[in-house]
Amino acid sequence: MPVAAAAFHYDLKPEVVADGIWVIRGADDAILMGNGGAIANVTILDTKDGAVLVDAGPSLRYGTELTALAKKLTGKPVARVYLTHLHPDHTYGDAAFQPLQIAATPALIAELKSEGPGFSDGMYRLLGDWMRGTELHIPGHVIATPSETIGGRTLRMLALAGHSGADLAIYDEATKTLIAGDLVFHDRAPSTPHADLPRWRTSLDTLKGLGQARVVPGHGPIDLTPHAAIDQTRDWIDWVDTALTDAIQAGLDPVEAGEIAIPPRFAMMKAARYELQRSVSHFYPGLEERSLPLVGKRA
Amino acid sequence: MKTLGILLAGLLAIPATADAALPKDQLGSPMWGYVGKQVFGENAVVRFDPRVKVDFPKIAENQRSFPVQVDARAIPNVVRIVIFADMNPIQQSIDFSLANAEPFIATRIKLDQRTPVRGAVQLKDGSWLVSGGWIDAAGGGCSAPPVSRVKGDWAQHLGESRGRLWENAGAARVMLSFRHPMDTGFVDNIPAYYLERMTVTSSGGSAIGTVHMQASVAEDPVLTLMPKIKPGESVSFDGRDTNGIEYAGIVTAATVGAAVQGAGR
Repeated sequence: MPVAAAAFHYDLKPEVVADGIWVIRGADDAILMGNGGAIANVTILDTKDGAVLVDAGPSLRYGTELTALAKKLTGKPVARVYLTHLHPDHTYGDAAFQPLQIAATPALIAELKSEGPGFSDGMYRLLGDWMRGTELHIPGHVIATPSETIGGRTLRMLALAGHSGADLAIYDEATKTLIAGDLVFHDRAPSTPHADLPRWRTSLDTLKGLGQARVVPGHGPIDLTPHAAIDQTRDWIDWVDTALTDAIQAGLDPVEAGEIAIPPRFAMMKAARYELQRSVSHFYPGLEERSLPLVGKRA
Repeated sequence: MKTLGILLAGLLAIPATADAALPKDQLGSPMWGYVGKQVFGENAVVRFDPRVKVDFPKIAENQRSFPVQVDARAIPNVVRIVIFADMNPIQQSIDFSLANAEPFIATRIKLDQRTPVRGAVQLKDGSWLVSGGWIDAAGGGCSAPPVSRVKGDWAQHLGESRGRLWENAGAARVMLSFRHPMDTGFVDNIPAYYLERMTVTSSGGSAIGTVHMQASVAEDPVLTLMPKIKPGESVSFDGRDTNGIEYAGIVTAATVGAAVQGAGR
C-alpha cells in the first residue's frame, strides 16, 4: 500500500462488549493528526434487519471504514446510525450515510442544524486530509418514542442533557448494556465545552438506576460494572466545579486555575490536565461574573 | 599592519556599541526582527531571560480569550511589562508601567493563529528582558466579531466594572474586570474601539501603575495586578476607552463576592 494511503487509514479494531455488540475504542486523547480524530467510542449492534451504529466517528473516511467493518461483523448493511450529541468526533462520520439512515432526537437535530457545521473549520485545520470530503449530514430519522425496535432488538432511547444541550443514551434491553455517549467518560477526563453541570448530574442519576450490567462510555474503556464509570464521571465534574469555585474565591487567575493540583484519585484519568484547562476556559468567565462584585458603572 | 589592527578592532567593536541588534530569537519566529523593533524601539538592549515567567495554558481553547500571566518577581528594578504575540495583526496587547506594584500582571488576549506569546520587562536602566513560548491556535480571534456585538447588548454594559481585592499578607492581589467589546477594527463596518488606559492608585494616594491596552486584549478585559498596599488600604481605578467613556471605581478588601453557586451554567 502506498505510504500516503496508509497514513489516512483508521484500521478500526472491534472489541466484543456483549452478545451481538462491539465497540471500536477511540484514542483516549485530544483530537490530533496522529489519531485522525478517532477519539470517541463507536458501538456496533447486530440485528436481524442490519447493523445498528451508535455514533459515526469524526470523518467520511471513518464512516466508510465503519460501514465495511459492520458488514464484516454482522454480515449485513447498516440499518440505522444513532447520534448521541453534537460534537464532531461523534457525528462527522455520518457523512458516509444517507440522512434517513441517521437518527437523532429533535433537540439534537436542532443543535446540529445551528452549531454542527461550525466545527468544520476546526476539524479540517486539526486533521487536514483525514477530513477529505467530510460534510455533516443532518439526521432524517427523528426519534419520537421512548424505545425503538430494529430487527428484533429493542433499544431504549434516553433523551437527556448536561454534557451538551441534547445527549442521547441508549439502553439495550437484551444484554442490559448501557451505551452512554458522552454523559459517561471512563479513565479519560470528561470534556465540558457545552456542559451544564446541574443537568449533567441529574442525567447521571437517571443512568445509574437503569439496572445495567455494563456501560459503554463515550470515551475510555468499557466499564464492566454497573456504575463505576458513572460515579467517576460525577466525581470529576463535582471536583472541577468545587476546585474552580475555590480558585476564583482565592483570587487565582485562569492560568493559575489551570495549574492547580489534580487529586491522586484521578491519576488513571487520561487527558486530565488538558480537560481541566479547557474547563477553566468554559467556566471561569461565569464564575468571575458571579464572584467579583460590581464596583463601577457608567455615570 | 598596526593600522589594520586598529581598523579591525574598530570593526569588531561595532556590535558592542552602535549596533544593539536584537539577539537571535529563541523561538525562531519569522516576525521577531519586525516585532522586536516595534516593541523595544531602535538600539534597545534586549536579552532573553527565563526569570521572566510567561505562563499560559497548553491549549488555546478559546482563541478570543487566551489567558496569559507574566511574573517577573524574581527580577529587581522592573518598571514596565509588555505582552505581545508576534503573529497577531495587533502584536502588542498590554503595556504596564508599574509603580508600587509587584512586577506581575495577568490578562487574556486574542490569538489570530499559531504564534509566539511573549512577555518582556523593562528595567530601570532601560534594558529589556524577554521570555515566552509558542501556542497553537485556530484563526479568527482578532477578526471575529465580539460576542456582545453578536448579542447586541454591548452598549448597555459599557462602563460596568467588577473587582475584588485580596489582602494576602505581603502579596495583595486585585482582579479588575471591565465590560467592553474591544473592537479590533478588523470586522466589517465596526471601527476599532477599545479600553485604552487604566490607572490604579492606592487609597493612601500612591500610584500602583498604569496599564495601556490595545484591541488585542480579549473582549471584557480582565486585569490581575499585585499592588503593594498597606493593610486596610483599598484600591481605586480610573481609565478611559477610545471614545472617552470613563471607567472608575474603588475596590476594598471588605467587598466580598456574592456566594458563588458553582461552575454550572
